[in-house]
Amino acid sequence: MEFEFNEEQRMLQKMVREFGEKEVAPGAAERDEKDYFDRDLFDRLAALGLSGTCFPEEYGGAGSDTLSYIMSVEEISKYDDGLGVTLSASVSLCSWPIYAFGTEEQKQKYLRPLAEGKKLGAFGLTEPNAGTDAASQQTVAVRDGDDYIINGSKIFITNAGEADTYVIFAMTDKSKGTRGITAFILEKGMPGFTFGKKEVKMGIHSSQTQELIFRDVRVPAANRLGDEGKGFKIAMMTLDGGRIGVAAQALGIAGAALENAVKYSKERVQFGKPISRNQGISFMLADMATELKAAQLLTYRAAWCKDHGQPYSEAAAMAKMFASDSAMKITTNAVQVLGGYGYIRDYPVERLMRDAKITQIYEGTNEVQRMVVSGALLR
Amino acid sequence: MDIVVCIKQVPDTTEVKIDPKTNTLVRQGVPSIVNPFDKNAIEAGLRLKEKYGGKVTVVSMGPPQANDALKECLAMGADEAVLVSDRAFGGADTLATSYTLASTIRTLGHFDVILCGKQAIDGDTAQVGPEMAEHLGITQLTYVARIDIQGDKVQVYREHEEGYEVVEAKLPVLMSVVKSINVPRYPTVKGIMKAVHKDKIRVLSAKDMEVDMDRLGLKGSATQVRQIFTPPQRGQGILIRQDSARKSVDELMAKLTDAKIV
Repeated sequence: MEFEFNEEQRMLQKMVREFGEKEVAPGAAERDEKDYFDRDLFDRLAALGLSGTCFPEEYGGAGSDTLSYIMSVEEISKYDDGLGVTLSASVSLCSWPIYAFGTEEQKQKYLRPLAEGKKLGAFGLTEPNAGTDAASQQTVAVRDGDDYIINGSKIFITNAGEADTYVIFAMTDKSKGTRGITAFILEKGMPGFTFGKKEVKMGIHSSQTQELIFRDVRVPAANRLGDEGKGFKIAMMTLDGGRIGVAAQALGIAGAALENAVKYSKERVQFGKPISRNQGISFMLADMATELKAAQLLTYRAAWCKDHGQPYSEAAAMAKMFASDSAMKITTNAVQVLGGYGYIRDYPVERLMRDAKITQIYEGTNEVQRMVVSGALLR
Repeated sequence: MDIVVCIKQVPDTTEVKIDPKTNTLVRQGVPSIVNPFDKNAIEAGLRLKEKYGGKVTVVSMGPPQANDALKECLAMGADEAVLVSDRAFGGADTLATSYTLASTIRTLGHFDVILCGKQAIDGDTAQVGPEMAEHLGITQLTYVARIDIQGDKVQVYREHEEGYEVVEAKLPVLMSVVKSINVPRYPTVKGIMKAVHKDKIRVLSAKDMEVDMDRLGLKGSATQVRQIFTPPQRGQGILIRQDSARKSVDELMAKLTDAKIV
């Protein structure tokens, strides 16, 4: 059992940290303040190959592994986790299902530009009446000759509006329930495919969240991803991988919060000494550090399982649940350590706390994660 | 074009602390980086290769740990890397270092351009590049902020406080570059994978080169670093202003003599 990153991963970590410090960190507070999605920044990140880390070279990737990709999401998320989720949603939720379930033509046409960093991806499953109850899809796709006509809408879609490629889900046979859902690859600009409301969120302001609207969108059958009726399975398997990405995002948020809290506690002097000398504070920091380390190990383990062809549903659920709950606790405590300053926008911890909350909710609420883990446990 | 870039692995001096008791550098736990100016040199070399074709070889004199710095340069896009390492090189000052590097470059064979960073952020002498050019008997162009190659000639802009000096020279040349010449690229994921999985980095020791052993390492050093310390806070200074230059100089000389400076 290796508990260290290999040489390749350490070099990659160094590169991402340098990029994060020089290119990402300086604008993070402003992007949060102005609710600004910086496409140019994502493009620069992607140009380094970070959208294709875990895909084979034949599809434009770098031929590395899931663990390396996950580690890069964690590192970027330390500086701007909105950018972290932009990356992980594109890679885990859009590129991956095309890689895992696409035809050779679909992989060359859609996966390659995504992996090369030339395009951004998104995943559209959630609807106003289909959140945790994902099977209650109301978006429909009706076969018409060599095409499907899609009508409906999706909400809370990360990267919507900016993404070029979308993996979405629609009901092709209502009578079959979950077995009547089919996956499709859509392109921005297809007639009838528009975007609705841009959501104003509590946090992750640098990530764009918007509605997808389908009004008689004609999609060629060649864009169907997998067979008819296989969509639900594709969605669930995709989310398993996406969960590891969310866990990584949470690790980044928590790591940044802990670092800020430690630094502050050494500098802040009250009653003639740094507050780090008070056990009330130092014990809190010790608990935070331990939880973060445990969350990291669970997350890296889930990535390892995926890389070694082992079932990883349960591992991913554990990682996502634990990492996000830890991130919420760690960021809340970081604000506490910074006291009054922690509540002020000039200091990064309040943003980290606002950002952490969503990791407990999306890509399967932590209640869903508990369903997955208990399901596996009590089989 | 055969391009050689000389790099140095240095401690990240922004992280270095001074031990308050001994007044010396605390090197432990300080991360090592590629000297920032050398990254500008690598970037300049890569751009020359992209424009004129050829090969970029990166060379570093250092302990085995310098391999990490070389790998980073390979990940940026350098084609080959050479580590020059030997116990005999230990304790070298700039004279011995430049002699060793010049000997290395002679051993490697043909070159059109040698690129160096302006100075290393730990030694800060800026001497090694120019000294290498002297050892090799080639033209040196320093403080280079822009490079244009035309056939067998190179034209550079040398950066001064008040502007640029445009100088032309015939190849081969050695150029030391300043920060403003470019923004070094980040290694890509693919570049990192290639660098890590590449065949072993070529290592040259003293016996692989034609060298005079007396000119290596501590033995070949004309200078020695006795101590590194933070200077004490500067005081106000004394203003000498007599009514004639002669009288001012006399007073100054008296003070310098008293202080045993002359």
